[in-house]
Amino acid sequence: MALMRTLAAFVLLAIAFGAVAGGIELREFDDPVTEKRYHDLTASMRCPLCENQAINDSDAPISADMRDRVYQLLQDGQSDIEIINHMVQRFGEYILYNPRLESRTYLLWGLPIALVLLGAIVVVLMVRARRNASAKALNAEERQRIEALTNRKRSS
Amino acid sequence: MKRRLMLLLLPLCFLGLALFFYQGLSLDPSQRDSALMAREFPTFEASTLRDENRLVDQTLLEGEVTLVNVWGEWCPACKQEMPQLLELADRGIRMVGVNYRDSREKGMQFLSEFGDPFEVNIFDPEGELGFDLGVYGAPETFLVDADGVIRYHHKGYVSPQDVRERILPEVEKWR
Repeated sequence: MALMRTLAAFVLLAIAFGAVAGGIELREFDDPVTEKRYHDLTASMRCPLCENQAINDSDAPISADMRDRVYQLLQDGQSDIEIINHMVQRFGEYILYNPRLESRTYLLWGLPIALVLLGAIVVVLMVRARRNASAKALNAEERQRIEALTNRKRSS
Repeated sequence: MKRRLMLLLLPLCFLGLALFFYQGLSLDPSQRDSALMAREFPTFEASTLRDENRLVDQTLLEGEVTLVNVWGEWCPACKQEMPQLLELADRGIRMVGVNYRDSREKGMQFLSEFGDPFEVNIFDPEGELGFDLGVYGAPETFLVDADGVIRYHHKGYVSPQDVRERILPEVEKWR
């Protein structure tokens, strides 16, 4: 009985795996480097239609077209940059998860750096101000006042 | 006094960023401009929908302001926008269709059923021209000027309001 159950479980598992494998495109690559580049490229491009999926993760027809094109261009021996340019020319900067550094994106890339620098300046200024304040000696009048405040007796 | 001002700086920064991001939330990412704006219509060579022996290329779009509409029989919004396209053709605007990822038979059937505003239809069953145009779903409409340069792009369904407020003014502008 237990054996039957185990067998059934295995059969079900095998069917499930078959179903999953059916949804995956089979592509042949000449070498593992090209295959890695294919995976990296398709993971770095956003599907124009579905907006929050990379083209390697999307079932939209346009994503399938784009994967086909990436594969085809890799087979043609194009470089990663050429392939990215090819896609951006057609679908726009929008498809890049990492926008390129150019005049339009200076603010995007520059703002975090600028904020960190600003924060560092503020911290330095505050530390300095505090150090100056503590280094300042008290004059006689101030000392007297502190004395009076800390040592006064409670009247009640 | 100076200290007060410094303390005020932080909430101000926060407010500024909050406004900036709030504005970002109200933007619609599907309403972005086509990457082909102000660029020449991509080169292509294809047969026409009606005649597989007639080859056309990008020179088809030169000489006159043309609206290029990418459609397919499988696309419901394409059917809905046909009355608007027919109206545009009636106003004397040159219309060229791109029959996108479709079959000749179904495409012709579509035209006989919903009307045919197009001077000619470029047959693009594999979506190659569509890909070069950056089309990621039909319908999409491009305005091409007399020099073959793309001047306006409309993504999706063209409503009667779009015709009045966007398409017609753009056509006038580039004529």
